[in-house]
Amino acid sequence: MYQLLKQIVRVGIKTEAPPQSDEGLRLLNQRLQQEILGMFAGSLAIRHVDAGSCNGCELEIHMLSNPYYNIEALGIKFVASPRHADLLLVTGPVARNMEVALKRTYDAMPAPKLVVAVGDCGCTGGIFGESYASCGRVANVIAVDVAVPGCPPTPVALLQGILTAISADAKG
Amino acid sequence: MAFDSLRLHLSELPGAVPAWQGQTTAAELPDICHAVKVQGGRLAALWGTDEQDHGQGYVLHLALAKPEGMLWLRSALPADQPHYPDLSPIFYPAHRLQRAARDLLGIDAQAADRRPWLRHAAWQATDLPLRHDADAAAVFEQGGDDYAFTTVVGDGVHEIPVGPVHAGTIEPGHFRFSIVGEKVLRLEEHLGYTHKGVDKRFQGMALAEGVRLAGRVSGDSTVAYAWAYCMALESIAAAAPPARALWLRALMLERERIANHLGDLGYLGNDGGLAFGLAQFMRLKEDVLRMNAGLFGHRYMMDCIVPGGVACEPGREGLEAIGAECDALEREVHLLKDIYDDHPGLQDRFLTCGRLTANTASKLGVIGLAGRASAQAWDLRAQARPAPYDVLDARMKTHKNGDVAARVIMRFDEIFESLRLVRSVIEHIGAGEIAVPLPDIPSGRMGLGWVEGWRGESVVALESGEDGRIRSCHAHDPSWQNWPALAFAVFNNIVPDFPLINKSFNLSYSGCDL
Ligand code: SF4
Repeated sequence: MYQLLKQIVRVGIKTEAPPQSDEGLRLLNQRLQQEILGMFAGSLAIRHVDAGSCNGCELEIHMLSNPYYNIEALGIKFVASPRHADLLLVTGPVARNMEVALKRTYDAMPAPKLVVAVGDCGCTGGIFGESYASCGRVANVIAVDVAVPGCPPTPVALLQGILTAISADAKG
Repeated sequence: MAFDSLRLHLSELPGAVPAWQGQTTAAELPDICHAVKVQGGRLAALWGTDEQDHGQGYVLHLALAKPEGMLWLRSALPADQPHYPDLSPIFYPAHRLQRAARDLLGIDAQAADRRPWLRHAAWQATDLPLRHDADAAAVFEQGGDDYAFTTVVGDGVHEIPVGPVHAGTIEPGHFRFSIVGEKVLRLEEHLGYTHKGVDKRFQGMALAEGVRLAGRVSGDSTVAYAWAYCMALESIAAAAPPARALWLRALMLERERIANHLGDLGYLGNDGGLAFGLAQFMRLKEDVLRMNAGLFGHRYMMDCIVPGGVACEPGREGLEAIGAECDALEREVHLLKDIYDDHPGLQDRFLTCGRLTANTASKLGVIGLAGRASAQAWDLRAQARPAPYDVLDARMKTHKNGDVAARVIMRFDEIFESLRLVRSVIEHIGAGEIAVPLPDIPSGRMGLGWVEGWRGESVVALESGEDGRIRSCHAHDPSWQNWPALAFAVFNNIVPDFPLINKSFNLSYSGCDL
């Protein structure tokens, strides 16, 4: 236990506002927090669905929770049920074998619902495209508010995408 | 030669790994497989191709592995009756592989289990998407999706269906638990949800482009797959990448292993109730990813390995930075290992949980990290030793307990070994080119790639077509071999331990749904 506590103290707080450049991202964080406070009373619940990704995008979604990005400190949390979710984060091209499951997940969410499509695959179908096995981009299957390109998008790009979805919702 | 005793006419494939190719009739397959098994070999991959555009029928492909090398066997099957003997009694992994091949091409092992594997509702049994005459853009009429799970009956037995959408940020698949009280009597897996038609997608791609798709078969193993693809293509071209490129490939492969193991150790701590572990290990993983982004231009090193070499040059300073990072990581991971080792709550969750005995692992043909944690000594970095592992002297780690604790220890041990290998690369690497152009490649040539990724071996089998395009390409993920083992490992454990056991295997869905 002593070692464990010592390690916590030694490492200190790693959470950073800006991963690379300073002010631009700090702004982003403040805005993000404000948007979340305004729209979602300080708490945004996200449900992630892998609709057929290569698992690369999931790796970056995982990284959002590491101490550097510390997404929970922004009031954003990942929830286990679509019924608890404000926003659906969808990765991958939509495999035809996942089409029904994705639609059902979307239907199970309470309105108003936001959808962010993640990665080149989510945006366009990516390298997998459309075929007998793939419906292509997420927007071919459910309504998408924001699409975040990248293969996979970095955690910062993901945060920006989430912010954009919330602010778009605030406007409209 | 590794497969001499089979008395087949074999030709050696040029390239980085010891590999041979041969042909045989389907009827002879059981005897050959049996002989290979008796000699300590195993089934590495099984798939099919359509040759009807060449006036033939189908071909069933088997990749059989021994520690010393790989045998790629081809058996012609007639177009009107593409049947072959069921190989699953000899090699357990053949069960699902045969079903998958049947779904895509209609070639049939006539095994007792007639259920589809990859085919859910997106196409019907009469549609064969991988045939050449099936248009790549065609969309089939939806079939029914009523998979017949095995039911367990008895007093108090009930079922828990889970998925395909899981509660966490993970890939989709369906697990059907039959339980009594809180004990798991049976777990049945139903995968294939992320099937994206990768084999079909490969067809007709430029050979040089295919590496990008190979690198997206399973995103967490992008380096392993890209290398395996390039190895196959370079075998076809009979061209070797420059020495510096090979060193850099090994460096990237070991960094991929380190990053994944760090992430897994964090999640395993978390699932064991120690959130501290997640925060600590994810911080270390993020540091590794940032170093990758700085030196290779991509956090996961996607598209960094290209046919003929590598696409990025970290330079001397970059390598020095990696060396310094290795020292820091080694210190940090040792510290965390001590904390994990001394944490009674965590060890209580890890020890004896999700045990896969060596005997079961051997029967199932389990490989890779999970295999080594159950005394299955397969690691081609230490066995077939493709360059630069011939110089690197990788030391294989194994454990005999096969429980979650053993798979945790394997990850710690392999991180330390990978750190040693990375340092060794930095010591050995010389200056020079990082890529050579490949010559034009005639059609009808075949090459094999075989790389020990962090999860286990990635196999890529490639055939060239006209105009520098791919005729066929098949990628095989070690998860094919290891998914069935998960079902054995959870038997008699309690349902709440499933996430921990599952994480300790951390198998790929995308990699085998393809
Ligand atoms: S965008 Fe890239 S990383 Fe994400 S699922 Fe597609 S191929 Fe994988």
